[in-house]
Amino acid sequence: MPLLEIKNLTVSFDTAAGPFMAVQGIDLSIEPREVLAIVGESGSGKSVAMLAVMGLLPNTATVKADRMAFDGIDLLELSPSERRKIVGKDISMIFQEPIASLNPCFTAGFQIEEVLRFHMGMDRAQRRARAIELMKLVGIADPEERLNSFPHQMSGGQCQRVMIAIAIACNPKLLIADEPTTALDVTIQKQILDLLVGLQAKYGMGLIMITHNMGVVAETADRVIVQYKGRKMEEADVLSLFEQPKSNYTRALLSALPENAVGDRLPTISDMLFEPAPSAAGAGTATGAAP
Amino acid sequence: MSVTVLEGKNIVRDYHVGGGLFRPSRTVHAVKGVSFSVDKGKTLAIVGESGCGKSTLARIITLIDPATSGELFIDGNKVDIAKDGLTKEMRRKVQIVFQNPYGSLNPRQKIGDVLGEPLLINTDKPAAERRDLAMKMLKKVGLGPEHYNRYPHMFSGGQRQRIAIARALMLNPSLLVLDEPVSALDLSVQAQVLNLLADLQDEFKLTYVFISHDLSVVRYIADDVMVMYYGEAVEYGSRDEVFADPKHSYTKTLFAATPRADVASIKARLAKKKAA
Repeated sequence: MPLLEIKNLTVSFDTAAGPFMAVQGIDLSIEPREVLAIVGESGSGKSVAMLAVMGLLPNTATVKADRMAFDGIDLLELSPSERRKIVGKDISMIFQEPIASLNPCFTAGFQIEEVLRFHMGMDRAQRRARAIELMKLVGIADPEERLNSFPHQMSGGQCQRVMIAIAIACNPKLLIADEPTTALDVTIQKQILDLLVGLQAKYGMGLIMITHNMGVVAETADRVIVQYKGRKMEEADVLSLFEQPKSNYTRALLSALPENAVGDRLPTISDMLFEPAPSAAGAGTATGAAP
Repeated sequence: MSVTVLEGKNIVRDYHVGGGLFRPSRTVHAVKGVSFSVDKGKTLAIVGESGCGKSTLARIITLIDPATSGELFIDGNKVDIAKDGLTKEMRRKVQIVFQNPYGSLNPRQKIGDVLGEPLLINTDKPAAERRDLAMKMLKKVGLGPEHYNRYPHMFSGGQRQRIAIARALMLNPSLLVLDEPVSALDLSVQAQVLNLLADLQDEFKLTYVFISHDLSVVRYIADDVMVMYYGEAVEYGSRDEVFADPKHSYTKTLFAATPRADVASIKARLAKKKAA
């Protein structure tokens, strides 16, 4: 049984210019212990699809799907309070901006312990012990000291480690990482990716990596989904995606990598632009990024 | 014959921090004696992680901050803004493009005004001429005259970075400092902006100082590479030298940390995973 199964997911936002379709009929499934990468540019709907799973979208969003099930539980049927028991415990998510996604008013320790109190019902001493254990697990030096640090007192890499500690606090079955390393340096990026993949293997989690960096995909994923303007362009295992990309868009994306540059100019997506499959619903979205 | 546009000799920058009633102040050595030179029409890339002093160096080169000690030459003339101040003439020669195209444009200023402002401040060109020059520059960077009266929020990230580049070029600088100009952009947009920079360099014979932490971009755009680590230049040489034979251990770490998107390394990783 797949860990997460999504069929025909559509997310639209109500805007002044009518509904904007951010995600148009995405199918997705991930098995336990699998690393799935979702690749796409900004505006491709890769984050929105996962936020829909987490139930974190604003009220202006309309989520429709034929099926959206996590571990056999239908997420569409759940009441918000029932869903709240799963989100953050069995499915958790880390975000792009580590410093912005922590609350600046509370210490790292408080924010880790908050999850343990809410989902696990641990008492004060247990929470403290588990928080120290988690801080060690994500590779923070002097965990006892650091529990009392505020986010602004830590570096971006350390804040991202704290975010990961919060996300894995309740041993989730599925971890969604939304561009976890985009804001970080390459050396720190390497450490965070190694940490995520290491934790995934150690605890047998499913891991969804949302990214626009092909290097990150190559270094972490088992299977890859390529998205463009809210549609799935291609789905393949990582090796065949890089060896024989099937869709034009994937080929364009790969050739835009600076390391693949031939001669003086980089090929850009618009050099190889193709028309996305036309549809009545998508007519309003294919106009490009800027009005 | 090559002309040296920018030369730095032993540039040092210290910052004094803290110092309260009971705490002595500390000195942070952000840049510790860095020397470099760039010829006309060439690109020097400065690579390093955050906190290594590369942006401090960029601010010194752009004549925003003075160096604590050391000598900076631009077009062969010695510049010391701490002592002599900054003339409009000098300001024209060096311009900068910042990392975040969302933060570096005033949201309440129309694009035409954004582009006209450098001329308004630094020259006495009349309004009509400023407008003409701004229109021309818009076309140069791949935008149209219809964008003249729009506000920054109406543009995508890549278009905003084009505007920031256009603004930097309004005064015909000879040296352009690019502080991580593409790291906030998507892969395909990044390719477009890099192509634009290459075209502009050919057209205006611009000299670039390109700051980045993305080695694949550096390899594509740079002629010379300087790797900084804790305020020191640990490696400095031509691109091919540095990439073929990195000498310092930090440079090697940096190369090892850069994710590789080629088939061979994916195969190696999958094999390792299977074995584990």
